[in-house]
Amino acid sequence: MTTAAPIDVRLHAARLSYRGAVIFDDLDLELPAGRTTCLLGPSGVGKTSLLRLIAGLAENHGGKDGKDSGSPGAAVDRDGRTVQGRVAYMAQQDLLLPWASVLGNVLLGPRLRGEDRDPEVDGKARSLIEQVGLKGRETDLPVRLSGGMRQRVALARTLVEDRPIVLMDEPFSALDAITRFALQELAARLLAERTVLLVTHDPLEALRLGHRIIVMAGSPARLETALDVDEDVDGDAGGPAKLPPPPRDPGHAGVLARQADLLKRLARARQKLVDLA
Amino acid sequence: MSVLRGLAIFLGLVAAWQALVTLTGVDDFILPGPLAVAKALAAHWDLLAENAGVTILEILLGLALGTLLGVSSALLIAAFRPARDWLLPVLVVSQAVPVFALAPILVLWLGYGLASKVAMATLIIYFPVTAAFYDGLKRTEPGWLDLARTMGGGRLAVLRVIRIPAALPALASGLRVATAVAPIGAVVGEWVGSSAGLGYLMLQANARLQIDLMFAALFVLAVFAVLLYFAVDRSLRLALPWLAEET
Repeated sequence: MTTAAPIDVRLHAARLSYRGAVIFDDLDLELPAGRTTCLLGPSGVGKTSLLRLIAGLAENHGGKDGKDSGSPGAAVDRDGRTVQGRVAYMAQQDLLLPWASVLGNVLLGPRLRGEDRDPEVDGKARSLIEQVGLKGRETDLPVRLSGGMRQRVALARTLVEDRPIVLMDEPFSALDAITRFALQELAARLLAERTVLLVTHDPLEALRLGHRIIVMAGSPARLETALDVDEDVDGDAGGPAKLPPPPRDPGHAGVLARQADLLKRLARARQKLVDLA
Repeated sequence: MSVLRGLAIFLGLVAAWQALVTLTGVDDFILPGPLAVAKALAAHWDLLAENAGVTILEILLGLALGTLLGVSSALLIAAFRPARDWLLPVLVVSQAVPVFALAPILVLWLGYGLASKVAMATLIIYFPVTAAFYDGLKRTEPGWLDLARTMGGGRLAVLRVIRIPAALPALASGLRVATAVAPIGAVVGEWVGSSAGLGYLMLQANARLQIDLMFAALFVLAVFAVLLYFAVDRSLRLALPWLAEET
């Protein structure tokens, strides 16, 4: 499916402040190629800001005429090139255009770049719509779709971009539990082999989908690796059952044992934010 | 169903009108009854139709021109920063001048014919159309713009694919307002100086105390204005089907 080789993303000494308050400073983050990294943390800690920074969507704050005194730091790949133009972005809201059909929405990127008349692109879009289980709904307007279907369209729209790096900001959080479960499964299957950064506040979601789990906490925020299947970093020292590759069964003993541990960690992180405020 | 209701409202108003005339015994040259107006309508049908044609043409041309100018201004202001910085203040200040006060000047410059009335109708609808459309273009959902940025869309492509379609509902509101006020522009223009049109006919009839004819002209104008509004409203709904299904 992917044409480009997955790249390793490095964010070095990233800095972001908003209205004088430092959200994070001197932050390092690495995304291993072809792995799903889940970013967990209490709300307000700056997860979305970090994701937007990598996506190239962060505004410079604080400085006069748009120039910030300290560069916020840009995400680069192994060769030091900026990753802008090689990321696809999926938000919590589906952000579907209400006037465009399912197919039209999936083809948004190609249309913006003037590539939508290419029959190959059209074919790819239709095949992705089929893969997310919406075959036959190509001409429907978003208003006719349920929340889960709409997020499936958003997933297809993200995948049609065929970018090696996929950034997802709580993409399933607005869905009901059953729909979320099905979509996590689908996303994990379709995003395999891509470099994914998934922001979530749900420890179970992180444990089902992540090769790595990073907890973001504090103000200014720091990153802590809570799980890394490749590096044998494991949050629970008690040695719970070994984790299978994602997507994992939510009832797996290893998932359940680590979930409690992660929840406690998040609660501590939130308490720290509250104490600071 | 809504047609029946409309008919009921119309008949109710006519009945109230007739009751007012009968009960107060008001003179015919102050307020003629509906029957007298209907008679005048039938008697002067050719005259009315001829003048209505002129006024309708003025209204439609004014609507077309005002919409065209309003839409292009809004696009220009939204797409190019210098246009916004220079044009927007001028636009806002221009609204401080009462359009009606311009009518004599327009007649002086453009003559007694069609042009001055079309200009009047154009002027009166230009601002609501521009303001509504520009407002719509300005308020694009920020998430869509973020998405477009990660997808690598150019500014004009984003305008074409996202911002303009997103602003169409706002433009539609502006067009509805424009449709409602365009007849005012044309008739005011005719009152100030003209040789044809329903406004002209009303002035002439008034001077000759043909109050029944004046009311007949007013009736024709009102019927056309209502029909035009519903036609525009209906076309806008058909043009934006996705709006009807939302909410």
